[in-house]
Amino acid sequence: MELTAIYYLLPALFMFCCGVYGFITRKNMIAMLISLELMLNAVDINFVVFNRFLYPGAFEGMFFTLFAIAIAAAETALAIAIIINIFRAVRNIDVRSLNEMKF
Amino acid sequence: MESTGSLILYFIVALSMVVFSVMAVTTRKILRAATYLLFTLFAAAVVYFMLDYEFLGAVQIAVYAGGIVVLFVFAILLTSRPGDNTERLTSRSRVLGGIAAALTLVVAGYALVSRCAIAFAARPAMENPDMETIGQTLMGTGHGQYLLPFEAVSVLLLACIIGGVVIARKR
Repeated sequence: MELTAIYYLLPALFMFCCGVYGFITRKNMIAMLISLELMLNAVDINFVVFNRFLYPGAFEGMFFTLFAIAIAAAETALAIAIIINIFRAVRNIDVRSLNEMKF
Repeated sequence: MESTGSLILYFIVALSMVVFSVMAVTTRKILRAATYLLFTLFAAAVVYFMLDYEFLGAVQIAVYAGGIVVLFVFAILLTSRPGDNTERLTSRSRVLGGIAAALTLVVAGYALVSRCAIAFAARPAMENPDMETIGQTLMGTGHGQYLLPFEAVSVLLLACIIGGVVIARKR
């Protein structure tokens, strides 16, 4: 049995779909952010797999993943700062209760 | 041909990736969701190691598992009590989310399996990229080298630090 690209792409696809499901169903903002991380990570795996299987001498996929990880870290830090700030203002991080944007 | 050990490792990693990502989006305790996310990220790091990108696997563990999950745990403990359950999902949102996820899975999976011949390409041989190559690719200005995005990311991180301090400070 030979592990071709599809063996790595299908678990990543499944992970992406889990992220979609979680992003739609979750109401807690941190849980939505966790689903978002799942989706980002699935896309990172796809970049690496295509780089490795189609262009093994090049580094494009690897560096895209590297920069995507850095940007995901920045985005998560900012989002968590915003969430904690919202929690201070309204004592709640349920997205349904956040329907007005004023302090 | 793969050796038996790498096949076993592959199946463990694929299974844990699938199972833990399902559990991360379905568990009702939010702290457990963060823990399952950590396991999924570790599985992704093992995939990078299996595909010979050791540097990327190390970055994945250091930044994602070491940084982002710790941030998540801090935020969860600040905003909810550890024993809390999230409230039960309504069947409407569950059906909507299930339809969206299943549609994505079916369409992309069908396209991948039946229309995409490159997905069945065998794995070509590759030298592991050593640190010198990675460093020169990251710091070079020539063709296929990444100094400009590197600097852009550093400015982005600086802006993110300042933004995080401004947003989260006490008023």
